[in-house]
Amino acid sequence: MTKTSLLSGGVSRRGVLKGASAIGGAALISSMGARKAQAQPTRGGTLRVAQAHGSTTDSMDPGSWENDFTILQAHTRNNYLTEIAPDGSLVPELAESWEASADAATWTFTIRSGVQFHSGHILTAEDVVASLRHHMGEDSTSAAAPIVAPITDMAVDGMNVIFTLASGNADFPFVLADYHLPMLPSRDGEIDPMTMDGCGPYKIEELEFGVGATYSRHEGYWKSDAAYFDAVEQIVIHDAAARQNALISGEVDYIDSADLNTVHLLQRAPGVVVLSVTGNQHYGLPMDTRAAPFSDNNIRMALKYAIDRQQLVDTILNGYGAVGNDHPIGSGQLYYNTELEQKAYDPDRARYYLAQAGVDSLDVDIHLADAAFAGAVDAGVLYSETAAAAGININVVREPNDGYWSNVWMQLPWCGTYWGGRPTQDLMFSTAYETGAPWNETYWSHERFNELLLAARAELNEDLRREMYFEMQQICSDEGGALIPMFAAYVGAHSDALMHGEQVASNWRNDGHRIAERWWFA
Amino acid sequence: MGFLTGLFWFVAVIAACMAAGWLFRTIAIAVTPKGVKKELRTAPLTASFGMMVIIIYIIVAVFAPLIAPFPERMVVGPEYMPWDETHLLGTDNLGRDMLSRLIFGARNTVGIAFATTALAFLIGSILGLLAATVGGWLDQALSRMVDVLMAIPALIFSLLLLTIFGTSVITLIIVIAVIDSTRVFRLARSVALNIVVMDYIEAAKLRGEGLWRLITREILPNAMAPLVAEFGLRFCFVFLAISALSFLGLGLQPPMADWGSMVKENATLIAFGDITPLLPAVAIALLTVSVNFVVDWQLHRASGLKE
Amino acid sequence: MSHIWSMIAKRLALGLLTLFIVSLLIFGATELLPGDFAEEFLGQAATPETVAAIRRELGLDLPMHTRYIEWLTGVLQGDFGNSLSNRRPVIELISTRLGNTLFLALYAAAIAVPLSLMLGILAALFRNSFFDRFSNASALTSISFPEFFVAYILIFWLAGRGGMFPSMASFRGDPSMAEMLYRTFLPALTLTLVVTAHMMRMTRAAIINLLASPYIEMARLKGMKPMRVIVKHALPNALAPIINVIALNLAYLITGVVVVEVVFVFPGLGQLMVDSVAARDMPVVQAVALIFAAAYVLLNLTADVLATLSNPRLVHRR
Repeated sequence: MTKTSLLSGGVSRRGVLKGASAIGGAALISSMGARKAQAQPTRGGTLRVAQAHGSTTDSMDPGSWENDFTILQAHTRNNYLTEIAPDGSLVPELAESWEASADAATWTFTIRSGVQFHSGHILTAEDVVASLRHHMGEDSTSAAAPIVAPITDMAVDGMNVIFTLASGNADFPFVLADYHLPMLPSRDGEIDPMTMDGCGPYKIEELEFGVGATYSRHEGYWKSDAAYFDAVEQIVIHDAAARQNALISGEVDYIDSADLNTVHLLQRAPGVVVLSVTGNQHYGLPMDTRAAPFSDNNIRMALKYAIDRQQLVDTILNGYGAVGNDHPIGSGQLYYNTELEQKAYDPDRARYYLAQAGVDSLDVDIHLADAAFAGAVDAGVLYSETAAAAGININVVREPNDGYWSNVWMQLPWCGTYWGGRPTQDLMFSTAYETGAPWNETYWSHERFNELLLAARAELNEDLRREMYFEMQQICSDEGGALIPMFAAYVGAHSDALMHGEQVASNWRNDGHRIAERWWFA
Repeated sequence: MGFLTGLFWFVAVIAACMAAGWLFRTIAIAVTPKGVKKELRTAPLTASFGMMVIIIYIIVAVFAPLIAPFPERMVVGPEYMPWDETHLLGTDNLGRDMLSRLIFGARNTVGIAFATTALAFLIGSILGLLAATVGGWLDQALSRMVDVLMAIPALIFSLLLLTIFGTSVITLIIVIAVIDSTRVFRLARSVALNIVVMDYIEAAKLRGEGLWRLITREILPNAMAPLVAEFGLRFCFVFLAISALSFLGLGLQPPMADWGSMVKENATLIAFGDITPLLPAVAIALLTVSVNFVVDWQLHRASGLKE
Repeated sequence: MSHIWSMIAKRLALGLLTLFIVSLLIFGATELLPGDFAEEFLGQAATPETVAAIRRELGLDLPMHTRYIEWLTGVLQGDFGNSLSNRRPVIELISTRLGNTLFLALYAAAIAVPLSLMLGILAALFRNSFFDRFSNASALTSISFPEFFVAYILIFWLAGRGGMFPSMASFRGDPSMAEMLYRTFLPALTLTLVVTAHMMRMTRAAIINLLASPYIEMARLKGMKPMRVIVKHALPNALAPIINVIALNLAYLITGVVVVEVVFVFPGLGQLMVDSVAARDMPVVQAVALIFAAAYVLLNLTADVLATLSNPRLVHRR
């Protein structure tokens, strides 16, 4: 999810374990300082953001948020306990500070006092508990249910909230920055998930799902050096060409995604700046490791060598990205394995692995739709061309976009997927690679990998931990079922009147979806 | 100045088309047997041009692998290469030769469109004429059934059906044909309704003509004109249907080339004034115009007007 | 005339039956689609537990017929239910969008119908002339381009930097009529280009089809001007197929414009329908489908009534 992780910028893991506000606070100040040094942000103006996603069937319920429209709405209207800063480090937001027990299973968060909601309500520790409880319990319909499931108990002590976890997790503060978990006002220990209230930088004036939303600045906002616009407008424009037209003709100031086919032409338009942020977003072609022929690792290796990664990055991403090495850790992340050999297109080696598997040619179907990632079907077509040289005949089956995630993904043996990435290596691996994890899309099960994952989660020694994560990436790359050919940058564009800080967050699009709070007009 | 140049090219293109049409007619008259010769002499230049284009399309479609400089699916270079000697029309969004894709596209697109339209007319006009002639409960039953099918928007209906039944070429043809046939049914029925109240139908009935004979000998010839006109249009609507479906991610299976999807794949370029996406669109337009020119000629003959 | 009234009454009753069958069909088809609301709602984030919880909460675990009957009972009492995804009343979700859709459809129709009738009559009058061929060829060219493509070309020419018209048709608040007509001009023009050819060609074909009839010959021999022959004698008898095609195109303008809505960022019913189908949000899908079906049934009925009125033989049918 983030380019740099937890420990970047010299903040030690133990420091975060203690979670002293001093460390987070230092990071916050330094990033603010950097911004001021570059250009003095000025107040005023209406930011008009055009977004590619957003459906009429979206909902106010935080448990249902999944597309860029709702997530940008979330960060414009709400605050969270913790915040991922532009440099990828974790900083306090509504939690002033936090502290963990030695086994990292009990966490005490001190909640900031005097934070005012748009309605005038003042944030309490009970609000925090109620906001999180909304996602928990057996009847939870929240997409965030698995992330908060390890919380076994929440107790309030004044402005402190004490969390008890089922087992130690050093990355718990990162979990609380998840976009599903905004702090909402509560009444009698319950929040109204459909509320339009929030304590974030802007308050909703008007909102219609699938169409757009308008906001005005929250004058009681507790951060003094943030939220520079007077008003914000979110507009959903599904069609790539229409979105680019709106930017070129000045009807919007920012578009959250540019069409990669024509971004080189967009760049030439006067007054338009293309913004590319490389993060941990990656596109994959996961194979079901239980199903033949993918159950044989030699076949998986043959397929991994039969794909021309560079060609995909050049053609599908138009160069806006980097080649992947069949594991989900991005090159900017702390424990990125620098010693791992980069796999490249090598038909001879693919043939060698085919021979090892005891076959000399292979016929397989791959099921793709552009719902998996933009250009997935085209990527499959290119792949089938290069694989043919290795004696592998890949038949690309185009599946309907509609229902892709419920009918194809994790249902058919070979398909496409994308991951926004996770802020820490542990979260990424335990979400999609650990045996039995709900989103283990390759149904992969590797004993050594699972052992390492558990050990690394609790390991405090830097070097040992690095060694473990290195080995996990190695295992994943050489034995895993995930074929990850490319890491895709977030490519958007904006008018040159719009300014941003020195660093743009890479955990999500739109400056970590905090564009309304962080950017300003020159 | 720009206007004058534009006008010049416009006139030049039309003149060239007419000249080609004339040439084609002259040659065609020279090489065809007597009966056809006589027919062809009545063809206006537009219809001759139309026939020429259709024949060229058919030749291209049939001999696509021989004509195309590159294979249908081969990646020959980087994407969006400009026009040059090797790649006469440049390359597409994946670096495949545009000209070759267009040529193979002729085969897939025209074949599918023709099969679909023919099927739609077969179903639609037979049922429509039958309903109008027989009337009564059959008319009611068929009309209500068609009403129900037509009351559901075509694009959404085909989206539903294709998601349920899968997207092979055969299902695509059947789904679009069935949806299209409801439109044909309505037209055929309403035209025939006006005919069945005519006196000569009454007379034919009194003569004791059978149902099939009544439909094929008495009603169909008189309902032919609007049906033929409709055929010309429906034919081109199939391209559009495929194109719209590929807009929703449900078109033909890759890497098959078809013009509808090709327009979609390259469409964003038009916003920057690049004419590459116009090529498949022009290929569709040229065929549509040609087919309809020929249809108009036949329509004119069918109407019995002598001028 | 009573024949007409009884026909209208009968057709309205049949229309209700049509709506009922459409609702059954749409319900069945949406059920047949792989994946249900709970799975689509959670998408990539679905786990068996949360999917089950959503099904329990919304009663999606009940058998199909129970849910359908429940929905139908509600509708018969005038309650279209709430959207499954954002729990808002369906009526509220639909009302503004229905207004937008009707506005755009009427706007486009107001340009397209007179235009195509005029062009069709002129083409029939000057048949086989350069004007006929040219208007024919350009109309055909304009419909052989996919809608989104026509839209892109219009945007490229008429919007863009320093262009005359906005490329986005959406508006906020309460704009004046002139403002609305201005902002939605490009989508209306796109739709006009899309539907004109069909109606124009049918007008032309239907008129030409009649020109060889003895009574037209008669009128001509009496020395009537060609224009008068066509408007006075041919057109009334050619009305049935023309009205039919106009009704079809009007229905299309209301129900089939999702692509144009997407390109011009216009909040209409088409987008709502497609989104709701994708999310398997049954109450919304059903309500929009019913509106589309009702629009179609009514337009169709109107077309048939007018066609009947235009043919005295049908009015006084034995």
